[in-house]
Amino acid sequence: MTDAALIWSYLSSQPLLWLTATLAAYWAGDAVFRASGRRSIANPVLIAVVILGSVLWISGTSYQTYFEGAQFVHFMLGPATVCLGLPLYDNLSRIKRAALPVAAALLVGSVVAVLSALAIGRAFGLDQVLLASLAPKSTTAPVAIGIAERIGGQPTLAAVLVLLTGIFGAIVATPLLNALRVTDWRARGFAVGVAAHGIGTARAFQVNETAGAFAGIGMGLNAVLTAIIAPLVLGLFS
Amino acid sequence: MIPALTIILCFQLAGEIASRGLDLPLPGPVMGLVLLVGACMLRPRLADMLRPVTKSVLANLSLFFVPAGVGVIAHLPVLSQHGVGLALAVSVSTVLAIGAGALTFTAIARLTGSRDD
Repeated sequence: MTDAALIWSYLSSQPLLWLTATLAAYWAGDAVFRASGRRSIANPVLIAVVILGSVLWISGTSYQTYFEGAQFVHFMLGPATVCLGLPLYDNLSRIKRAALPVAAALLVGSVVAVLSALAIGRAFGLDQVLLASLAPKSTTAPVAIGIAERIGGQPTLAAVLVLLTGIFGAIVATPLLNALRVTDWRARGFAVGVAAHGIGTARAFQVNETAGAFAGIGMGLNAVLTAIIAPLVLGLFS
Repeated sequence: MIPALTIILCFQLAGEIASRGLDLPLPGPVMGLVLLVGACMLRPRLADMLRPVTKSVLANLSLFFVPAGVGVIAHLPVLSQHGVGLALAVSVSTVLAIGAGALTFTAIARLTGSRDD
């Protein structure tokens, strides 16, 4: 019989183990989320990240090794972004009817997100590289990475800040919008999509179909707008 | 499923080529999204064909963020050193952006009489 340590050293260097672990951790996160009655605090991404982070830390596995397996899941971000075109197409007539509120909320939400994040970051003495990594945090991960690279940030740190923004936005959106007495599902979804990209959009789809569609629109439009305004706003802080 | 997946990947591929070839500010997948919307407007049957697969992909959208999220552990030194500043920047700006965006939307919708019928 082969030594268990040998089997471990083989498996831990192969994609199979960490791909399986990623799906299993998400399954567990999703199960907790459902068991909690779909409460936003039980965010499945957050639970999966905590589980996997603990497993990697305990087993002494590097993120690079983990990513060898997890990259197959990570890859799906690209095709999933393309897929967002379909709800956008299906809702084109509704977007046209809401063209003015959509344009105004996009501009306000996008500028507030970048400007307030950089102002707070600067107040706490973050350096230019950190600010550049922080600027695109409200856009979807593949877009944020591209923007951060272009304006002198650190791409992987940008991806982490994007994730934290998305998880925080998904958790805070429902109680915040209830407190503000916003009842229009279009407004609720759109604002969350602009501020908290794909994770916010995934959360919006769980709550309401209309909110999800408008969140997808907000995310797509903000990906375009942030690519343009992030360098301009960052220029104010340099 | 395979035809739909192939078409989706082709849009991403075309988006990537357009983004890099024309040096656009938009990343490849977002260009792919824009091209897909345009193609569906020209051929509505394409949307009907892709819809089942896009629905199941989008139903699991959260899953695809997990690997990047685990990257938090690779950045723990930076995150702990600048923890308070980064946490406040992320949380406060997200609350402000969601609130400002939603209130702007409802205010302008009321002003312009835009309703969702």
